[in-house]
Amino acid sequence: MVAKAVEAPNVGFDFSNYARNQFFGERLQGIPKATSTGTTIVGVIFGGGDSGEEPGVCLGADTRATGGPIVADKNCEKIHYLTPQIRCCGAGTAADTEFVTNLISSNLELHALSQGRPARVVTAMTMLKQYLFRYQGHVGAHLVLGGVDVTGPQLFTVHAHGSTDKLPYVTMGSGSLAAMAVFESSFKENMKRDEAIALVARAIRSGIFNDLGSGSNVDVAVITKNGTENLRNYEMPNERGTKSRNYKFRRGTTAWTKESIRSLIVSEEIKSTSGAGKDQGGVEVVAVPTGAGAGGEEGMEIDS
Amino acid sequence: MALYHNPPMAYAQEPTTAPIEHRFNPYSDNGGSILAIAGSDFSVIAGDTRQSEGYNIQTRYARKVWQLTDKAVLATNGFAADGNNFVKRVKQRLEWYEHAHHKPMGLKSIARMIQTMLYGKRFFPYYVYNILGGIEEDGTGAVYSFDPVGSYEREACRAAGAAQSLIQPFLDNQIYFKNQQPEPGAAPFIPGNLPLGTVLSLVVDSFTSATERHIEVGDGMEIYVVMKRGRTTDDLLGDNKLAPGMTIEELPSLGESVGGVESEGEGQGGERTFLVRQALKRD
Amino acid sequence: MELNGGSVVAMIGKDCVAIASDLRLGNQAVGVASNFDKVFPVNDKLYYGLPGLATDVYTLKEHLRFRVNMYRMKEEREITPKTFTHLVSSTLYEKRFGPFFIEPVVAGLPTPTELDPHPKPFISTMDTIGCITTPKDFAVAGTAADKLYGVAEGLWEPDLEPEDLFETVSQTLLNAVDRDALSGWGAVVHIITQDKVITRTLRARMD
Repeated sequence: MVAKAVEAPNVGFDFSNYARNQFFGERLQGIPKATSTGTTIVGVIFGGGDSGEEPGVCLGADTRATGGPIVADKNCEKIHYLTPQIRCCGAGTAADTEFVTNLISSNLELHALSQGRPARVVTAMTMLKQYLFRYQGHVGAHLVLGGVDVTGPQLFTVHAHGSTDKLPYVTMGSGSLAAMAVFESSFKENMKRDEAIALVARAIRSGIFNDLGSGSNVDVAVITKNGTENLRNYEMPNERGTKSRNYKFRRGTTAWTKESIRSLIVSEEIKSTSGAGKDQGGVEVVAVPTGAGAGGEEGMEIDS
Repeated sequence: MALYHNPPMAYAQEPTTAPIEHRFNPYSDNGGSILAIAGSDFSVIAGDTRQSEGYNIQTRYARKVWQLTDKAVLATNGFAADGNNFVKRVKQRLEWYEHAHHKPMGLKSIARMIQTMLYGKRFFPYYVYNILGGIEEDGTGAVYSFDPVGSYEREACRAAGAAQSLIQPFLDNQIYFKNQQPEPGAAPFIPGNLPLGTVLSLVVDSFTSATERHIEVGDGMEIYVVMKRGRTTDDLLGDNKLAPGMTIEELPSLGESVGGVESEGEGQGGERTFLVRQALKRD
Repeated sequence: MELNGGSVVAMIGKDCVAIASDLRLGNQAVGVASNFDKVFPVNDKLYYGLPGLATDVYTLKEHLRFRVNMYRMKEEREITPKTFTHLVSSTLYEKRFGPFFIEPVVAGLPTPTELDPHPKPFISTMDTIGCITTPKDFAVAGTAADKLYGVAEGLWEPDLEPEDLFETVSQTLLNAVDRDALSGWGAVVHIITQDKVITRTLRARMD
């Protein structure tokens, strides 16, 4: 078989603009900032022991995304789906956390299909760390990974360079110290489910109010072997009240010079003909609208 | 923590031959925002109360707006230590002036003095943006805004600080009526004549908007209202004039005008200054 | 970004969306053209804006035109605003380590279907490497983004009718770009409703 010229497979990153952008970076005032999630994300293991409750993992996150000192998104989702029983909170470069978790989620699904059983949390953790290590920290995803598998509740942190930790309670992001302060003072082993949710919410609130990079709402996810409960916007302590004035403008306030209107309503006039396509005087022609009469369902036009 | 240091590659790529200079940086940026709007017979000077450095809140209540005299209020923003010290020196100069001349300094004189004080440190500046508001000698509301080295201008309104870029274009639109066409046949818009109630609402909405979108703005706000002597206070102290959650107090007069004699007035006392406070979001 | 300047804003109204941009093309502080449109149609009810580096505006626009045409031929239907957003996002993230200097804004009305007879108006925006945000109120991007955030946060309110949305989006854009040295030099606004698209060129400061 003659080898054909095959196009390179369209996978992975494309570095074609890299040299150009380096040049821009040197000549101009640097490369634009990417949206980052100056974040508070946390996780705890609960249940088991003499709590009398199902062991599980509770994850939490705030919902603020920033670009420099500006809030880019007031209610973003930082708890990402990996598998039905595994979730992952992301901090760092927002696009990286989004795409890395999507990629690993796909690969975990394929893995589960090929192995015929649900993927374990360690598998997710290994796939994440190997991917991140390959990019030497340049893929800026800092993650809190939690889930329940056949071995029980599991909780990890994964850093952008590929290092991991396995702990019963973890925090990450710019609000990690504020949140960890809460955990260090109040964490207990074998908490009840409701206790764990309350503690996670308190840790996130601590980040929201004391760390400028974190803000808005509290998202919580609770995973036990019975499934995952997604408590999106579990608390909303930062709703904006009503404004003190009404800012609707009088119509005609803005001056404009040119207008063009593209009408999307297609008006169709049916001019019925017969014979050689000409109107023939004295012949009564009944137009059959589409959708009526014989063959009308199919949109056929019928010659009378 | 050694785990997270830059990978060795980074060093290999760029050999560091030049010595690294370590230098003390005497300045810092403490965030926050201020704004002032002048009316025909009043002036409103406001600021938020959060003081921050990086991602940390240093305090949720730091004063950025200061009453200087009965008819002058100064708002400072930028590096808080410089701001506080600058206000202290301005107040001292005002006291010396009162001792020397037996009367408080007028608003436009304070403005000129601030210019010389700022320019006096042209090569080691106070890293502070100042906005001075109050009542002019002729009884009109005035706002003077300064850059850190003393360039200044009298205006109808001005925002400064971290959220200047968010607030100023909004004020251009709502105070100067920029880009707005008057109704056909109606009189053209005249800036600087808005009623006090409208101005207060605009100030509050400016700060709540800035709080939504700027991480360094929040916690609380202080709005100083300086009124021309003899002006009615019904539009501030009347029932339901303030939004729920707002508190108001009248600040005692500072200028116990020398000799106990009121300088020529309508017998209604001097200018009056009120302080309105409102909470802002704390996230 | 700061090489050519330019800004885009999109807003949601009652059963309508608006997307607007300035018309400036610059070379740093020097204005070069005042007819540089940054907002393009994808189909009847889907528009998108590409503020940023002008060379990437063209590259990305043509690339997306190709991808949308391929989609249209393969799927035999029009692309939805949400799908288009993900297409743009993936395109940007592919160049994660050599990004396009573009922050796209997408605005569109999904066509009613049997499954979803009353689709909500849709806007979204991305950073230069494709991180999506889908706000309920407004989306801004470009060199005047800070100013647009401030004004839009003050002026926007829910459920504006198309003509009221036109005023709000126009005032937001004009007042923001007037405070930005790298944006301005004219502006164009598109209001998209289920039965028509109104495009108006605004009278703006030309300094």
